[in-house]
Amino acid sequence: MPNLSYLKALNRAIGDEMGRDEAVCVFGEDVGVAVTHATAGLLKRFGPDRVLDTPISEQAFTGFATGAALAGLRPLIEFQIPALLFLVFEQIANQAHKFSLMTGGQTRVPVTYLLPGSGSRESWAGQHSDHPYSLFAHVGVKTVVPATPADAYGLLATAIRDDDPVVVFAPSGALGVREDVDLAALAPVPLGVGRIHRSGTDVTVVAVGHLVHDALAVAEELAGTVSVEVFDPRSLFPFDWSGLAASLERTGRLVVVDDSNRTCGIGGEIIATAAEEMRLIAPPRRVTRPDGAVLPFARGLDLACQPTRAQLRAAVEKAVGDG
Amino acid sequence: MADPTAVAGPTTDPAAALYRTVALVRGFEQRAIELVRAKVVLGGIHPYTGQEAIAAGTCAALRPDDVITSTHRGHGHVLAKGADPARTMAELAGRTTGLNRGRGGSMHAADFGVGVLGANAIVGAAVPIAAGAAWAFRRAGSDRVALSYFGDGAVSQGVVLEAFNLAALWRVPLVLVCENNGFATSMRTADTVAGSILGRAAAFGIPARSVDGTDPEAVRDATAEAVARARAGEGPTLLECTAYRFDAHHTWEHTARPRYRTDEEVAAGRARDPLEIQGARIPAATRAAIDAEVAELLDRAVAFACEGPHPDPATALDHLYATGMRARAGAR
Repeated sequence: MPNLSYLKALNRAIGDEMGRDEAVCVFGEDVGVAVTHATAGLLKRFGPDRVLDTPISEQAFTGFATGAALAGLRPLIEFQIPALLFLVFEQIANQAHKFSLMTGGQTRVPVTYLLPGSGSRESWAGQHSDHPYSLFAHVGVKTVVPATPADAYGLLATAIRDDDPVVVFAPSGALGVREDVDLAALAPVPLGVGRIHRSGTDVTVVAVGHLVHDALAVAEELAGTVSVEVFDPRSLFPFDWSGLAASLERTGRLVVVDDSNRTCGIGGEIIATAAEEMRLIAPPRRVTRPDGAVLPFARGLDLACQPTRAQLRAAVEKAVGDG
Repeated sequence: MADPTAVAGPTTDPAAALYRTVALVRGFEQRAIELVRAKVVLGGIHPYTGQEAIAAGTCAALRPDDVITSTHRGHGHVLAKGADPARTMAELAGRTTGLNRGRGGSMHAADFGVGVLGANAIVGAAVPIAAGAAWAFRRAGSDRVALSYFGDGAVSQGVVLEAFNLAALWRVPLVLVCENNGFATSMRTADTVAGSILGRAAAFGIPARSVDGTDPEAVRDATAEAVARARAGEGPTLLECTAYRFDAHHTWEHTARPRYRTDEEVAAGRARDPLEIQGARIPAATRAAIDAEVAELLDRAVAFACEGPHPDPATALDHLYATGMRARAGAR
């Protein structure tokens, strides 16, 4: 069975979708030479009318993609740096996202925003290390954070086919993940359907993106003493609330590990919803970045701002000890 | 004496047709202001009075399958491109019978059926959107063009200048129409624009010219040239259309009355009236017939707007997602 890397899965999804739909086109900086590798080979395969290297002009080409979408195309934009989303928040949150409602359903804006390398890359410092997925969930833009190569393929394919704007965060912490997959079995993964990577009965750990792999490692460490269920929401907006509720019916305990700043991070929303509507027999806990984190440059300081396995393990043990 | 029925339709003498559009937009704005005062139109409007020649002239040079993007001061553009005045007025009044089913209002009026890709409430935001639509047309092998309206205030927005760069670089079939009405809200153009508007276009190698934005025929002819360039694959053109904003930046000023221009200045600005300029070019009887036809049309538009149902609050989240996905309610 072929061994597929996460990055290759992204690349394959874009290529497959471009192959099946002429309307799909790619905009971005350095997408021709594919500095992130996500767009490798696409310029040669599909030509410069469908793979467009842009000037360093994020706001203009993000708005441009909205216009191309209004005219019937399905653009995918690659951003090399997650903080560029702050620059184009107007174009995504205030324009692309609002067109459907503001026009009374006259149009659609099927644009995909791909972030291959979101979150910390360790020592890329303050302006290259953000992970702003909660911001997009907050404004209601469809937001996905795949953890595995097969899900990266499937969620990106779904995002491209979706008639609404979708932001796809591909965490740098997951880009190196590989898995053996049957390439013929790769398929779109629906939005809003979580995935249980490991079943358990004592506590549900909701892990976002690359943190799924940390959660699985912690679950393995604790095997024998605590039975941990690892729930990967895969898409944060829409969120698989019924899947989470079903998991909490089994475990009754909740820990969320989320690479967001603590205040208004998606972890807070997950815990609030569980507290309001789901079965909990112990106080829920979360492990996040600190409040208002700006990642410092020095590696040790950078790592000090990210959720760790030790913090997660402590939170799981506390949740189990509390109830 | 001219036959009144001969000027009622869109396929009449070009001078009369231009006058009719100017008169329609003028009358629409007057009635919309009345409806603001009557609290039928909430949120106020940005009156387009004084600038009607720009909408009328530019749209007269476009085909039905061309598209426009508009601004917060957009009623004139929307009507000139062919939107139904009754449904446009109903949109201002927030009714289900409005262009946007009451979801957009004055600042977001859109009619994709006639090529209006929406008025936009963020200054300059629609310029790259129009450029992208234009690029998509060319990629599809069509000769359709996009035309983007923006004001003198927008030429200080970074994204507008970025869009100039992209449009010129990729030679997209785009017409850039800068409506210089003298003011960015309360700020005079000279106090907000360093250099010049034409100079900004020149910096990107975009051909540009200044046009009398109170003369519908001058605007139409300049637009026709720009459209021809765009259709021929020669890229964008910028037209700086100068006019004077007759009324407030926003109807809010009617009560707040901020003082940033004198009554004398406004009177002088109003002296150059596109309605009179175009009206003088057609026979008096034709003009009178058009005025009567437009007045009746607008009477019906106001009645249609006022009779339309208010949307059911239970439908507040309809159309939020094109896929029909439902968002969670705020209270459960």
